[in-house]
Amino acid sequence: MKRNNLISQIALTVVLALLSIAVVIPFIILVSVSLSNETDISYYGYSLLPRQVDLTAYKYVFRNPTTILNAYKVTAIFSFASMVLSTLMISLFAYPLSRKNFKPRRKLSFIMYFTTMFNGGLVPSYILITQYLHLDNKIWVYIIPGLFSVWSAFVMRTFFQGLPESIIESAYIDGAGEYRILFEIVYPLSKPVLATIAVGIFLGQWNNWYTSMLYIDKPELYSLQYMLQRLMDNIALLQENQQLAEMITDAVDIPSETVRMAMAVVVAGPVLFVFPFFQKYFVKVMFLGSVNG
Amino acid sequence: MKATTAKLKTVKNKRKVNKSQIEFWSMCILPILHIVVFCYIPLIGIIIAFKDYKFARGIFGSSWCGLDNFKVFLGSTEFLHIAWNTVKMNAIIIVADNVAAIALAVLLYNLKSRLSTKIFQTALITPNFLSWVIAAYMVFAFLNPNYGLLNKILETFGVSAKDWYSIPGAWPYILTIASIWKNFGMGSILYYAALMGISPELFEALEIDGGKRWHKIRYIMLPELVPIICIKLIFAIGGIFGGDFGLFYQVPRNVGALYSTTDIIPTYIFRVMRVQGNMGVSAAAGLLQSVVGFILVIATNTVVKKIDPERSLF
Repeated sequence: MKRNNLISQIALTVVLALLSIAVVIPFIILVSVSLSNETDISYYGYSLLPRQVDLTAYKYVFRNPTTILNAYKVTAIFSFASMVLSTLMISLFAYPLSRKNFKPRRKLSFIMYFTTMFNGGLVPSYILITQYLHLDNKIWVYIIPGLFSVWSAFVMRTFFQGLPESIIESAYIDGAGEYRILFEIVYPLSKPVLATIAVGIFLGQWNNWYTSMLYIDKPELYSLQYMLQRLMDNIALLQENQQLAEMITDAVDIPSETVRMAMAVVVAGPVLFVFPFFQKYFVKVMFLGSVNG
Repeated sequence: MKATTAKLKTVKNKRKVNKSQIEFWSMCILPILHIVVFCYIPLIGIIIAFKDYKFARGIFGSSWCGLDNFKVFLGSTEFLHIAWNTVKMNAIIIVADNVAAIALAVLLYNLKSRLSTKIFQTALITPNFLSWVIAAYMVFAFLNPNYGLLNKILETFGVSAKDWYSIPGAWPYILTIASIWKNFGMGSILYYAALMGISPELFEALEIDGGKRWHKIRYIMLPELVPIICIKLIFAIGGIFGGDFGLFYQVPRNVGALYSTTDIIPTYIFRVMRVQGNMGVSAAAGLLQSVVGFILVIATNTVVKKIDPERSLF
């Protein structure tokens, strides 16, 4: 019996290891191509490991870094602003909804819930944002329309409801106002859920290409991911002076295959380094979600 | 004396209660305003679906055109294949993502080593944190007609290289694989969490009764997952006329030659609005999508409620 168990554990580990490797291989290829020599690529095609390590692509990317640095700056600004403002806004709604002595909480929950079942679609919001609010081609368009999230609000409300009521009540009897209770008692007790939602918002924004595609025409306001998307078809975008790049035509000098992948690595890198540290929070909130069911 | 202090106290409490209510409302007001502006006011814009919308005239100045926009959308040659692609691909992806996620959760659950579980989970979740733009680069690394890995592998087997970005028939498979790759790790966590909640006594009881390993999965694990599957299914059916825009737009790189298998309602809505600039037709397609989705959610929920009230969403 025991031996049987050991064998099945080994078999299981092997299967899962192979699966994990299969999932990770695309990352390896991306990095490998970015570290390859352009002529090697044109002779042998992409490969799992570079034939010889060549940093030309990265040198090229960082030789003229204004475009990338600018996209990094724009993305960092709106991601960070969204993370702080959205988390605050969501908690400001979730907290009253979690309190039993707030009578309209059911109605407000429904008003919020309904938006997830029925919406006006893309065109009405597009026209609202561009024709009435005039947010297009402004950095605010990344932040304001997505400031509130119904799902996160529900998750946070459920978490707040699970906090021991006695703590909140005793603070209340001691004369604390609701704002003080929220910021000084509920917040410190809710670090895991706050962190998860904040990181989730940040990652979502870091990966945002859709907003740029819809609302941004000015290259200096492109998000990182959108710049990468444009780069797929137009490698010349990397050059600081675009017109000049177009005059040189089709970027003969650019080691385009390797530079493309190097750009993808430069864009994706930070996320891959940061996320494992927050993984436990994501798992926790998933548990929360399943309990809430 | 006693009475007066009691009275004072209730007055004080009442004032405090009112203060609480005001504070609650002051917290809610910004979020409510946001929901009204960005979710409810756009509902007025639904009328664009019935108008010949001109930017210069605005929503209310544009002239009515009855159901013309719907006729254009429903009567177009594209409509049938777009609707079919949407339903077919969504159905495949819902099943594929969830079956893969459940299988993975069961595998991870049976693995005893905590450390290996964590390492595997981290590796398998990683794609979820990347954008579809990056995912499209990775797919391109495989499918690039000149340098791609897949063609290289095929060539070693004597199969000639193919230009994958001009073979529509291959894309339902490619998109399904891409979707599983990105989603199944994260999806499995939810199922894994539910499995972790099973009391070990159940397994012991089954072992005493002489149950086989397969029986553990069949009679204990899967029933435990049914509630989650139900909820996911209700949402998925509601969204069956939608779809993951990033997957269908970025991964096929918006190549026109592939539209016959990769074009779905959301990509159509986007293209008609942003590329063709036809607000009315795009709005009509969007409205149809919303209404059908809404009806489907209500209907599925009703059916689920009839079968098992505890499993329904509302």
